[in-house]
Amino acid sequence: MKLYCLSGHPTLPCNVLKFKSTTIMLDCGLDMTSTLNFLPLPLVQSPRLSSLPGWSLKDGNAFLDKELKECSGHVFVDSVPEFCLPETELIDLSTVDVILISNYHCMMALPYITEHTGFTGTVYATEPTVQIGRLLMEELVNFIERVPKAQSASLWKNKDIQRLLPSPLKDAVEVSTWRRCYTMQEVNSALSKIQLVGYSQKIELFGAVQVTPLSSGYALGSSNWIIQSHYEKVSYVSGSSLLTTHPQPMDQASLKNSDVLILTGLTQIPTANPDGMVGEFCSNLALTVRNGGNVLVPCYPSGVIYDLLECLYQYIDSAGLSSIPFYFISPVANSSLEFSQIFAEWLCHNKQTKVYLPEPPFPHAELIQTNKLKHYPSIHGDFSNDFRQPCVVFTGHPSLRFGDVVHFMELWGKSSLNTVIFTEPDFSYLEALAPYQPLAMKCIYCPIDTRLNFIQVSKLLKEVQPLHVVCPEQYTQPPPAQSHRMDLMVDCQPPAMSYRRAEVLALPFKRRYEKIEIMPELADSLVPMEIKPGISLATVSAVLHTKDNKHVLQPPPRPAQPTGGKKRKRASDDIPDCKVLKPLLSGSIPVDQFVQTLEKHGFSDIKVEDTAKGHIVLLQEAETLIQIEEDSTHIICDDDEVLRVRLRDLVLKFLQKF
Amino acid sequence: MDPECARLLPALCAVLADPRQPVADDTCLEKLLDWFKAVTDAGSSLLLLQENPCLVELLFHVRKPQDLSSRILSFALRLAGTFAAQEDCFQYLQGDPSLFVASAAGQLLVHILDLAMRGPAEGRGPAEGRGRLQARDWPACARRIVCHLEDCLCSEAAPRVTQALHVLTTAFGHCHGLWTQGLWVQLSPLVARLLEKDPVPAPHALVELLLSVARSSVLSSDPGLWETVAQTLSHLSPMQAGPLAAGILKLQDCPQALRIQAFGVLLRPLACVLEAAAQAPGTPGLLEGAAGDQMAVDTLPPSKSVCVGLLCSTLAHLELLQPLPQRPSPWPQAPLLAAAVTILRFCNGSAAPSSELGGHLCAMLVGCVRVQRAALDFLGVLSQGLGPRELVTQVFAVLLEYLVSPDSSPTVLKKAFQATLRWLLGSAVPPSCCDLEPHAQLVLRELLAVLQKRLCSPCWEVRDSGLEFLTQMTRHWGGQATFRQALLASEVPKLASQLLQDPESYVRASAVAAAGQLSSRGLHAAPSSPEHPAGPQKTPLEELLLVLTTDSEGFPRRAAMRVFTEWLRDGHVAVAEDRERFVARVLQAASGDLDWEVRVQGLELALVFLQQLLGACGPGAAPPCALAQALRALCRVQLFEFAFRSLFDCDRPVAQKSCDLLLFLRAKAAPSGSPQEAGESPDVAPVEAALRRWRAGEQGQPLGELAPEAILAVLRSLDLEALRDTLAESSDHVERSPQSLLQDMLATVGVLGDNEADCY
Repeated sequence: MKLYCLSGHPTLPCNVLKFKSTTIMLDCGLDMTSTLNFLPLPLVQSPRLSSLPGWSLKDGNAFLDKELKECSGHVFVDSVPEFCLPETELIDLSTVDVILISNYHCMMALPYITEHTGFTGTVYATEPTVQIGRLLMEELVNFIERVPKAQSASLWKNKDIQRLLPSPLKDAVEVSTWRRCYTMQEVNSALSKIQLVGYSQKIELFGAVQVTPLSSGYALGSSNWIIQSHYEKVSYVSGSSLLTTHPQPMDQASLKNSDVLILTGLTQIPTANPDGMVGEFCSNLALTVRNGGNVLVPCYPSGVIYDLLECLYQYIDSAGLSSIPFYFISPVANSSLEFSQIFAEWLCHNKQTKVYLPEPPFPHAELIQTNKLKHYPSIHGDFSNDFRQPCVVFTGHPSLRFGDVVHFMELWGKSSLNTVIFTEPDFSYLEALAPYQPLAMKCIYCPIDTRLNFIQVSKLLKEVQPLHVVCPEQYTQPPPAQSHRMDLMVDCQPPAMSYRRAEVLALPFKRRYEKIEIMPELADSLVPMEIKPGISLATVSAVLHTKDNKHVLQPPPRPAQPTGGKKRKRASDDIPDCKVLKPLLSGSIPVDQFVQTLEKHGFSDIKVEDTAKGHIVLLQEAETLIQIEEDSTHIICDDDEVLRVRLRDLVLKFLQKF
Repeated sequence: MDPECARLLPALCAVLADPRQPVADDTCLEKLLDWFKAVTDAGSSLLLLQENPCLVELLFHVRKPQDLSSRILSFALRLAGTFAAQEDCFQYLQGDPSLFVASAAGQLLVHILDLAMRGPAEGRGPAEGRGRLQARDWPACARRIVCHLEDCLCSEAAPRVTQALHVLTTAFGHCHGLWTQGLWVQLSPLVARLLEKDPVPAPHALVELLLSVARSSVLSSDPGLWETVAQTLSHLSPMQAGPLAAGILKLQDCPQALRIQAFGVLLRPLACVLEAAAQAPGTPGLLEGAAGDQMAVDTLPPSKSVCVGLLCSTLAHLELLQPLPQRPSPWPQAPLLAAAVTILRFCNGSAAPSSELGGHLCAMLVGCVRVQRAALDFLGVLSQGLGPRELVTQVFAVLLEYLVSPDSSPTVLKKAFQATLRWLLGSAVPPSCCDLEPHAQLVLRELLAVLQKRLCSPCWEVRDSGLEFLTQMTRHWGGQATFRQALLASEVPKLASQLLQDPESYVRASAVAAAGQLSSRGLHAAPSSPEHPAGPQKTPLEELLLVLTTDSEGFPRRAAMRVFTEWLRDGHVAVAEDRERFVARVLQAASGDLDWEVRVQGLELALVFLQQLLGACGPGAAPPCALAQALRALCRVQLFEFAFRSLFDCDRPVAQKSCDLLLFLRAKAAPSGSPQEAGESPDVAPVEAALRRWRAGEQGQPLGELAPEAILAVLRSLDLEALRDTLAESSDHVERSPQSLLQDMLATVGVLGDNEADCY
């Protein structure tokens, strides 16, 4: 069993598991932090961003000035933003049989895999994962395609040139794998390869293994996966949460008794408690708005935003903010808000019951009804007519490199009354802000990451007791900035095996058993013999038939009638069905009793010697030696067949035959 | 005992002695015991028994083997103990092995022991001395009890050891006869031997016993005792030894060496924390010379829950010890401060220890709310002492970290606010305290920024403690220039005023208090919100009157009344403008309030007003002209209608308060202006008629216009003293009489019997 690790990002995993005869890809996350190296794509012509000076080397060489621009004291690539793909060279991806998706954040690289590697298999995911994943991809494509960029920079990626660049460009890794965004056509084609599954549904893969998605409690439709054969079980835990937010709670019990548990997608901010952060979010929002400032919340169009809107729903009246407009701007805002209300069966119990009241599960419906929350596909069109300040705007993209958020950063960045509140933990907020400096607006970082923290992981592992844990290397040591925080790492026994990008792990367990079925007629013919209470044995002669990874024992074919020309070897061959059957022996020979029996049968002058493996019984008179060991008995006599047979029969008396 | 109870008692005793007649509940028996205790305290129990032979019969009856319920048995034993404690008429009870059946037996045993030992010991003259009081001289029953205790102490069964230790604890705690010396001399070797066992059995009971012995004036002179205590301190685990150490340090008198040892035990966990956090080994800590890794590993338990428990109890012990006059001296203020700060840093993850132990401690304590609360309380108490400048800086820094952190739970935040306030108070420049120390001034700006955010918290507890903090700060520094500037430059006053509309009533109440305090100091904000940016601006007085008259919950209205009373007392500007109108408006609102506390507060405000009108002329009667003027003012604000009505208020505290108010007024008015002198009697009939109607429960009738003379006449005619005495009796004084208890118990027995019959 092997694990090929194609991504080094612990929360955007992409691993390939080879298990029995199957090749299973676990998630295909897309690392978008690479876009932080690019200039923002402004929706509205920005004089500032369009007149940036080109970058030149220290010696004045300006050959890169078209590709690299200086902005706010940093150097950025002036090009269509690019993403860091999972490894494509470590394993032939056309051999991947299936791809299992855990949640909508972990499928963003799917079109790259399904459309460009020769992949011919099936993708499995739950319905909300697919629907919301589609929204995320659609938004991404829309954000990038609506600001066409003439050029695609590639010169700077040359290794010899990259060395000369200032940080962080100099230190950017895997730049050769960076690719520009896929198209909607590729998205549609990729999504058409997905087969929908439900929680606890058992899916047979070629008869070799069975895969099952389990609720992971993190997002709508988010799953962990069980991959099991008859005798082995691998659990894949990715992006799970034990907090009570909107999704169905995590199914922990089904993860028990795993041979291997692959652990990914823990919280990215283990020191921040989501409840505290939500409080921080609300307080800062209220404080800004009360002072007449605007609040900008860079966010994804689904996920935490539902919880934030729910908190605000409860909070705005008490904080005296009910007249403040909330705007949600995204090409998929409408679909996201509506989708969330229809996936009742994927919601937590509390929200499920609301469906029967009937009441929409999420209170944002009421916010929309009462005109407190308004949503728009973009800042163009209706929004510009309705726009009223002070207000709160939720919009993407959290990287601040594309999407409507770029416009608001340019618009509001100059006033210290305004605040940008970062809630998505995927991007370093300081790096995200780099091209907007100097910035007068207040910046508040309250990352809300509801995924498991290390205390919860430690409890989970104690509860489900896997034999081995495999996790990204980042989880096996405290975070570099807090090296004393021994509590911020996975703590288990035996210690977790760690992986990093482009590594192949041999998983530490061997398969020992295989299940084989016996045809009824063959089973009928068996004559089991009880050799110990509760244990019976029978000899089987059969043909092993293997097809589709299933093994069946069938009755042996009747032997063909002997043809004239063939010579018979033995007389006993006359009986056709048991021609090869010699009885099998079992049991052990008690030496004392054996010696007594020999004496009873007239042998005398018997000596017994102990050896390392057993005993030697010496019949001195007959010059014969009987060597008794655990798994063999030898009678060594001097060419006296009669004596040998006599002795053999005496030995056999102590053994069972069947 | 009154005759009615004596008449009921035989029937009750018969019921109690009858196993077929179960008694409904234990509380009856407890009340009965309380009553018997009161009766025996008041008179001779021998007499009581002679007059009520049914009691003796009951006690004799209990001795017979039968199916008595354990609760009756326990009751009888405790009753016997009550009698035996006072009289020597119950010696027949001694030595009965069945005495150990109930938990009450231990106490009874002590009583018996006391009774038996007191006789022989006190019979001797002082010349014979205590040395003569040997075990062989003890009465047989006492020898038997002591023998039993000895057996228990030697037993392998922990419950028996515990039981014996409990009996001894009670004995040494309650009995102070010389005989206890003999008993201790006899048993202390066995107690000391418990320490040889591993683990020490019943450690808590042992600690209790030793403390009880150490507190006994008769026994504490025994040098052997202190030796045993010292051994116990070193044998028990830090967790078990903590209460003993704390107990020793609270003693007025004990050997200095032992105090040092005990203090060492209490300090050790904190010393370990300091050691674990030290960047380099050998940093001077709490325990000079004793610190070391080995000690740290031994002291701090590896299990999280035990370690947390140890730290919390250590901090609590030290917190209690700090203000005591007999606390250890020198008090290691600086290292204790350092330890509290370090613990808080471990708890919020900001400590960066380099040692392995430090890492382990960090992993155990990070995010632990219990330890955070205990450490913040302790830190607050330490503000009483001074500390080195850099440590005080660290204290404020860590407090700010807690106040700023989004991860601080509401309870932790509340404690952090409290501790911060104490430190700010402590760091005021003595003795004039008129200004904050420069350092505290720096902190202030950051504090206000935090407060601003906390007042917007979605969690109401946080908003509430933020407002309380603001009120306290304003109370102390409202007159101080730096504070005023910083506060007015911030959003805090505005936010505080917006919270008068908070959906949570507790927060509104705190906002009322804050608004009152801010307004007193002239620091209130003009209320405006994004909702109504251009709305009509109300004065703080109008705002709070609005709360008093319209708020649906009691807390904010009570808070408003407290603020008004304070304003009146302190001569708030808004009040001083037209004091009479202010009082009239407030009383009108308060008198009709449904909440009795608001009405009491209303009367309190009326009393203040009255004192202001009349009190200036010192104790005794007011001069007639001042009185006449005052009475007219009181009539104008309609104080009398409120006060007279309140006399018959269905809530007793209101009536009491009103009684006090009118008594005060009568005292001021009494000698002067009597009707005889005036020569004509005012018409009091309408007032008395109104009073009668109110007494009868007809509240609707108004009193109408009153003449001051009529009021004085009514005041004199009312028997306010009698009314005050009646009100002083608790409202359930009838239900709580012993007679009622006996009747109830008998009645319940009857009912139970009936039910039983119905079942068949």
